[in-house]
Amino acid sequence: MQWFSKRFNYLFSSTKGLILVAIALIALVTATWGMLSGPMAEMGIGPAVTRFLRMDMVQAEREGRIVTLYHVIAMAVVAIEVYMITGLIKMKPIYKTAINATITIGYIVTMISGLGFAYFGHSGALHGIYISGLTLIFFAGLLLVIALWPWRKEYHQADQAYARTKGGVDLERTAFFVTALTTLISSLFGAVAGAYFGSGFQVFLAENVIRYTDKTVLQYSVIGHLHIMLALIAIMITLIVGRWLNFKGILHKIAMPLMILGTFVLNIGVWGVVTPFQPIAHMIIYVGATPSMLAALLLLIWSWGKLSRDHTAHIAKPNFLQKVSGLLRDPLKFGPTWQMLFMNFTTSGIGIFMAVRLDEIFRVWPAREERIELTGHWHALSAIIATIILLYYGDIVDLRGKWRQIYGWGILIASDIALAAVTVFEMKRLFISEAEQQPLVNGLMYAMDIGLGLLLVLLAGMLVWRLIDLFKSKGRWTEERKQELSQEVNP
Amino acid sequence: MKRLLLIAALFTILLAACTPVDLNAAVPAYDTGVDPQSWAQIPTGEFYFGQHDEVQTSPAYEIMITNVTAAQYAAFLNAALAEGVVQVDENQISGYYPGDEFHAYKHEERIDPGNYIYTPLDDPSQRIRFDGTDFSVQPGYENHPMTMVSWFGARGYCEFNGGRLPSELEWEKAARGTDTRPFPWGDEVSHGNANYYASRDPFEDMDTFGSRTSPVGFYNGQTYDGYPTLDSTSPYGLYDMAGNVWQWTGDVYEGMHYRFMRGGSKDSYTMDLRIWVRNNAAPTYFSPGVGFRCARSGQSE
Repeated sequence: MQWFSKRFNYLFSSTKGLILVAIALIALVTATWGMLSGPMAEMGIGPAVTRFLRMDMVQAEREGRIVTLYHVIAMAVVAIEVYMITGLIKMKPIYKTAINATITIGYIVTMISGLGFAYFGHSGALHGIYISGLTLIFFAGLLLVIALWPWRKEYHQADQAYARTKGGVDLERTAFFVTALTTLISSLFGAVAGAYFGSGFQVFLAENVIRYTDKTVLQYSVIGHLHIMLALIAIMITLIVGRWLNFKGILHKIAMPLMILGTFVLNIGVWGVVTPFQPIAHMIIYVGATPSMLAALLLLIWSWGKLSRDHTAHIAKPNFLQKVSGLLRDPLKFGPTWQMLFMNFTTSGIGIFMAVRLDEIFRVWPAREERIELTGHWHALSAIIATIILLYYGDIVDLRGKWRQIYGWGILIASDIALAAVTVFEMKRLFISEAEQQPLVNGLMYAMDIGLGLLLVLLAGMLVWRLIDLFKSKGRWTEERKQELSQEVNP
Repeated sequence: MKRLLLIAALFTILLAACTPVDLNAAVPAYDTGVDPQSWAQIPTGEFYFGQHDEVQTSPAYEIMITNVTAAQYAAFLNAALAEGVVQVDENQISGYYPGDEFHAYKHEERIDPGNYIYTPLDDPSQRIRFDGTDFSVQPGYENHPMTMVSWFGARGYCEFNGGRLPSELEWEKAARGTDTRPFPWGDEVSHGNANYYASRDPFEDMDTFGSRTSPVGFYNGQTYDGYPTLDSTSPYGLYDMAGNVWQWTGDVYEGMHYRFMRGGSKDSYTMDLRIWVRNNAAPTYFSPGVGFRCARSGQSE
């Protein structure tokens, strides 16, 4: 019994254990449900999995199933970010315990009951429990906002190297606070529409109604909700990476006000889609996105400079190649900001190009082509956020030597091959006709499958290693039980 | 060495992706026994419309039991050219359209009265041939659905032959009947039901040219050279109401120039074969995966 309780305590009460559980559950859900569509479905694996697991796949309920699945995965990702925040940012221990406990129960309840409701019959009780899980996550978010309150004296920033107001208010903490607060508010835009489900609101996927002129307020609300939630998850992971790497100095002082401003304006723009400001909402969103992305760029510039300097400190006057070599020496610390840069190719660049040439190019094509671009675009962004979490996790478990290199570069190269292929796939109509595309599509599919396959193998390897470790009486988990992320930020 | 092997493997994949496609590869010829001149009568009455089963009513109408074939369209072009209804403009056939009312909605584009493309003549995917005088069909494709046809071209055909494009409502009732089935033939889809992406039909080769159209009425329960099909007609006896080609419908909606298509195609995953799924494009759009069928009003009680 003690054997079990020690491990249970590690998995469900330490930051590192909680992150491991959430990653493992996401991996399990992604690996299983990923087999239901795309190439796996073509190969007949999807229907076999459906039969094996006795899933109840009513055709008319596909969109509802997908919405539930997205929420199930997203809530676990949000939980991981929250664990990272409570592990990195100063707060009262009671808050940390309460937040972590509430969100853990919340996301696990959401996952089990959500998948049960969506894929294994449609029990109203399960739907009710699913909503309860989401409510617990909301409540955890409320506690997090309270815990992050930046105006409390004890949380003032005394170190001049970090962004702070004249009165000493920590602007990085304020950025975390604003992001958490606006995430809570933005979640309501989905919740309100969900509350009308079946009584004036029917489930839909945003990409399917994109061209319609008669969208309802509730539809706009959902469209705004899904866009802003993903953007906020991306902003939060950027802040987390900044804290992990110990972002500071003049660039930090510029970046944090930009992040606060950008996050706030971005939210105002998205909330505006359900107001009379809807026609100019996109313009406000662009205005808000610019400072946020600029802040991320400043983090990148600072971190690349620091990585390069740290790894060439032993050389009196390093040349360019030595600096680059220094930059690339640690894939786990170089990777997150590289992925943020790569995101501009897979997500931001594509988005801006689409916005600029929408009517001339993309709206001439059928809506189903535009759907490929839209879904590919945000799947890529979600995958990039996931890889950044995995890179940070590699550092959290203190991977060293060749395994650090294999894991870090493996994730970067595999995911970037897959995401580059996805991006070319989205844009293929610009350079190849429908009738001639099949060999290209096959090549891109191979690249995506190889990339994602390698990524999953690496993740599976990591999880198997952690599972084996749990069976050891003096495994790594015994040390991790006592460690906290705030003690491990870069010096 | 391992790195070199990885790079070589990726390079090979990229090279394979550059393989040219033979768009005129031999196509199996099958007589399905289905008459594309036949029409189904759809009675007036209520039915379930859309994904969420909204009850709607349609008046009685008739609708073709198959998509318009390439042979039928070639015959139309010959007749319409002789009557001056269509013109050959450089590399395309075009015809007159009286235009739509413009409401200046965001993204809405003007459709003014004038000549618009029916079908291109210089596209390698075009199965209609024009020798300067007559239109004919590339051998093997006579009983395949007419593709590479714009909404204007689809409308032009139907109106020339005394009909019109079906509305979305009419299309859906013809596909679904009066119950809530997601596919014209029932609740589930399998390879024998329809021509969709990677459905392993005799017309596709996913290593080279990918998917191709199948003859109209192909999925009628017959076995063709060992390839068994299931009888996949809709409750009113229509063929290919899911898969093969997207079908233009006739509705013109206020505030948008897009025209809607139904049914999914040879390039669709099965989710797009569900009866209520909508696709849309500019009315000038044409593709090897888009065709149409016609309707006409008031023939049925």
